[in-house]
Amino acid sequence: MATVQPHRVRAGRGVELGLLLLALAIGVASYALAGIGTTDKVPPDVLGYGLGMAALAIGIHLVLRWRAPFADPVILPITVALNGIGLAMIYRIDFAYAARGREDGFAQRQLVWTAVSVVLAAAVIILLRDHRTLRRYTYTAMIAGLVLVLLPLVPGLGRTINGASIWVRVGGVGFQPAEFAKIAFAIFFAGYLVTHRDTLALAGPKVLGLQLPRPRDLGPILIVWGASVAVLVLERDLGTSLLFFGLFVAMLYLATERLSWVVIGLLLFVAGAVIAAGAFSHVGARFDAWLNAFDPAVFDQSPGGSGQLVRGLFGMASGGLFGTGWGQGRPDLVPFAESDFIVASLGEELGLTGLLAILLFFAILTERGMRTAIGVRDGFGKLLAGGLAFIVALQTFVVVGGVTRIIPLTGLTTPFIAYGGSSLVANWVIVALLLRISDEARRPAPSMKPSLTPVAGTPVVAGDDDQPTEVMRGVR
Amino acid sequence: MSELTITLLRLGYLALLWVLVLFAIGVLRRDLYGTRITDRRRRKAAVPAAAAAAVATEPSKPETAPTRIPRAARSGSGPGRLVVTEGPLRGTIVPLGTSSVLIGRAPGCTLVLDDDYSSSRHARIFPQNGQWFVEDLGSTNGTFVADQRVEAPTPVPTGTPVRVGQSVLELQR
Repeated sequence: MATVQPHRVRAGRGVELGLLLLALAIGVASYALAGIGTTDKVPPDVLGYGLGMAALAIGIHLVLRWRAPFADPVILPITVALNGIGLAMIYRIDFAYAARGREDGFAQRQLVWTAVSVVLAAAVIILLRDHRTLRRYTYTAMIAGLVLVLLPLVPGLGRTINGASIWVRVGGVGFQPAEFAKIAFAIFFAGYLVTHRDTLALAGPKVLGLQLPRPRDLGPILIVWGASVAVLVLERDLGTSLLFFGLFVAMLYLATERLSWVVIGLLLFVAGAVIAAGAFSHVGARFDAWLNAFDPAVFDQSPGGSGQLVRGLFGMASGGLFGTGWGQGRPDLVPFAESDFIVASLGEELGLTGLLAILLFFAILTERGMRTAIGVRDGFGKLLAGGLAFIVALQTFVVVGGVTRIIPLTGLTTPFIAYGGSSLVANWVIVALLLRISDEARRPAPSMKPSLTPVAGTPVVAGDDDQPTEVMRGVR
Repeated sequence: MSELTITLLRLGYLALLWVLVLFAIGVLRRDLYGTRITDRRRRKAAVPAAAAAAVATEPSKPETAPTRIPRAARSGSGPGRLVVTEGPLRGTIVPLGTSSVLIGRAPGCTLVLDDDYSSSRHARIFPQNGQWFVEDLGSTNGTFVADQRVEAPTPVPTGTPVRVGQSVLELQR
């Protein structure tokens, strides 16, 4: 007699170690090539740098072996590779700035932030034994998220840098609380939607094949929409506003499978964007710089012109198919080449081939997150993993789309690559949560005792399957 | 450093990036595999190669899945396998021998359905006098042979759809 069983999952820690060594090789090669390109010799500290990165990566790998042995084997190596590429590019841009008399030391600080992030991610994996614990903090997460979003508006605490009030400065360390708010909101949305998804999915009239929700169920989406518009207006940050709203609509869709929520969300967003573009000059300027980027008047306009965008485009164009090579281009001609426009810098020096590989890293990372969401058994975990994976995907799309002039430019950071401590820490925490959930998703169910099933004849049914059967209605 | 070395390093680095991409995709390719079928008697013989050959790789290509039809069933003109044609396990093939096949949600069943609309022990398909019969085991939603609810053991001709919960099965030669 034959049995049907799901494909046995391999724990994959060995595979992870192999991929991790490859990712470390990429990180160290990036650093060495950046040094060769800028100073014509291999950086003297490349060995120490490589050992440090290897210690961090192997350290978190050992933590996974200890605390999450069934975690996904691809997520960690991809993250390490992205982080390494980003560090090397920041290091390389530091040289370019130093040649022009600007001593920034971005790479040193990013290195410290990387160490902090990896340690924090390991702490999350060690301390959070079960992701379902987070469901208890659904409404705490909502309040924490709102407080974090509003923090930059507190007088004396918030800082306005380059027109956006998204910074908080405490004791000499500045950070962007919105980066952490996105995790808090993902937890809140997952906890809220897992409780309320039936009402949101099933009640309401059907119009033109779309299952519309009841007006009173529209409340939460309107509140979130209002909050993201408030972020846009008060903090002048288009990217964060788009990220929060997109996250909510995506998680609503994940929870309810109703296309109507996506349609309603898109309509609300387009309406909000059009009104904002008309009402606020800085949003309008973004649209103008996007649509008429090559207009000399728009190019020269400062602030809010398209100079940065167009310089980035020319940088990527000069990179071509295979790039100029590490240290051979001039990415520093673009303002904020180390943070907002690091994608353009990478496009210039690694070319389309390299940039596509990096984009595929993000695609694989997102796919693993979504696969985790499919595999995990509890609804909260599904929504949380789906939401976190979507954050990474949306953030990458918004940044790369902005830099390549597919959508208007917004001020989000490229996950793991761009310079910025808060972004790096927050994204590593997202990776830690995904690893924790994927451990739960891939852990095999406890196996049946084989002695209970005789080889021939009617098998004896074990006693632990007394869940009620759903009654079919309206099928026939 | 010479121009050539620099160019080789540059292209080698890009190749390294793609090696990681392809390796990662190679690892996650395993997700595409669905369920696998193992023959209990074969497994006892502990031939790993045979177990690997019995893996039904892709649900979209059931005809490529190697099935082992027992000699007793092959010699007669009766059906040789039970195929799931609809539902989450679509493409799954259960080779038919001389003993009955228990279908349901309980882990002990021969064909385990992960389906909220099927009972733990839903139906049984068994051979008698050279013919296969289906019998409903008191399930909540019933078993249907060609859209007729099964009340008593009913003969199942080859190719007739048998509905169990959300799945449709049929006997094939």
